[in-house]
Amino acid sequence: MNIEGLSLIAKKVRGKIIEMSHKTGAAHLGSALSCVDILVALYWDVLNIDPQNPKNPERDRFILSKGHAVSALYATLAFRGFYPVEDLELYAKDGGLLAEHPLPESIPGLEVATGSLGHGLSIGAGMALASKIKKENYRVYVLISDGECNEGTTWEAALFASARRLDNLVVIIDYNKWQATGRSKEIMALEPLDRKWDSFGWNTHIGDGHNMDEMTHILKNIPDGSGRPVAIVAHTIKGKGVSFMEDDNNWHYRIPSRDEVIMALKELGLI
Amino acid sequence: MRNAFSEELTVLAGKDKRIVLLSGDIGNRLFDRYKELYPDRFYNCGVAEGNMVSLAAGLALCGMRPVTYTITPFNTARCYEQIRVDVAFHRLPVIIVGVGSGLSYAELGPTHHSFDDIALMRVLPDMAILCPSDSLEVKAALRAALNYNGPLYIRLGKKGEPVIHREVPDLVIGKAIIIKPGMEVSILSTGNMLPVAMDVAEDLEKRSISTEVVSFHTVKPLDVDLLKHCFSNRRIVVSLEEHSIHGGLGSAIAEWMAMTQNKGAFLSIGIADSFFKKAGKQGFARSYYGIDKEGIIKRILNLI
Repeated sequence: MNIEGLSLIAKKVRGKIIEMSHKTGAAHLGSALSCVDILVALYWDVLNIDPQNPKNPERDRFILSKGHAVSALYATLAFRGFYPVEDLELYAKDGGLLAEHPLPESIPGLEVATGSLGHGLSIGAGMALASKIKKENYRVYVLISDGECNEGTTWEAALFASARRLDNLVVIIDYNKWQATGRSKEIMALEPLDRKWDSFGWNTHIGDGHNMDEMTHILKNIPDGSGRPVAIVAHTIKGKGVSFMEDDNNWHYRIPSRDEVIMALKELGLI
Repeated sequence: MRNAFSEELTVLAGKDKRIVLLSGDIGNRLFDRYKELYPDRFYNCGVAEGNMVSLAAGLALCGMRPVTYTITPFNTARCYEQIRVDVAFHRLPVIIVGVGSGLSYAELGPTHHSFDDIALMRVLPDMAILCPSDSLEVKAALRAALNYNGPLYIRLGKKGEPVIHREVPDLVIGKAIIIKPGMEVSILSTGNMLPVAMDVAEDLEKRSISTEVVSFHTVKPLDVDLLKHCFSNRRIVVSLEEHSIHGGLGSAIAEWMAMTQNKGAFLSIGIADSFFKKAGKQGFARSYYGIDKEGIIKRILNLI
């Protein structure tokens, strides 16, 4: 799809997740907004997937390791046709399946239940390894947060994948510079992040996580011939797309009021 | 037990191409034959147990049958959250194998002891727990485990334990095996305590106390039919385990009794609520905790 088309979808996804947060009082809006462009690039232009056949064994796998941003994935899957957009009304509702952190086998297209940080890359490495053992050609994409780079298991997975030369595995770091309660590079010694991944044996790229052209270009070219797993340090802005939310970490937990939703939707050009 | 595990897994991996063995950097030479035959289905995951368990979950999500193997505390407590979230929550057919369980590696110190692993696994929904009693039961347990479609924990001892079974038994998950019949006392032994249970029974028989010995290999799900039978027909029921008295087989039986109003004289024998902060081998540690033959006989006779 062309970039204008993708941008419009990303705006719709953003608008939807802002409304979902408002309606249900569910937090982590800033985290969800920061990864929307990456999700849209993946689901519309990169992943080998079929919404009509979500369990196809040969499909590419995507894991949202930062499970707290799942409202963005729910909306992406719905707009991509895995299930009706109207079903998003069930988000965070009593007895529904769209929990604030995803549940296993809950909705078509959702591969893994996450929510505890630092699990997704190891699971993804297992999926990539299975692909190698079975001599299948699917690829595995894992989106992690910069805060998740605090977790030791993220680096265990990085060492394993590199040793096993899992060139069908991609980690995208949604580097929005914030974690729950502070600047990610101050809470832990995160920088230089790209050099860390590079030194762990990953073919590392640095890019603009809101530039879908750039993301698509890197993400499509997997395996890339390097014989190494691929890391993308994607620079992003927490709360991206709504000026009064951008880079304001209060939106990790804040819930938008009705007026704020209207302001946001206007800014996104949706009303 | 660990040699039997390796031998049997090597046989089974030849029949089932989905089996993948993951080791946490232990079992030096133990898996040489397996590695020679199936080099693309053995991975030394290094000293990174959390990653190993999640990796297993990823493999299982893609149709493989992963088996994780390392020393019990590192394959249970160390990576508990990965087992809880990635394996149990997703209800995946991952077999988690702890070696050197209980006091098997007593001499290595408390970091290598595991009196809490059954307790930890037992509270995870859908987690089956198998504690085979000897090398032959290890083989049977592994066969049954690979036919089980869900998360499963196997608790192994070390090597060189006495062998009680004469051949590989038919092992059905959740159905205990009566090793020796008896009418007055029933000893329900789980895991590597079975040889001790047999010695205790022999002694009690000499005292004219008819003693039944059961290999209660599955701690979860409990064999409630057998429990009902024992509590209805025996004077005393004894549970025996190389595990804390909190959270293991004895606790599971006590919970079952409380929830079902089954009554009877019940003795839960296991490791007292403490760390073993001494040097010494398994034999010494067992006598220290009173779970050797003499200690067990004394407690049973006291109750009679």
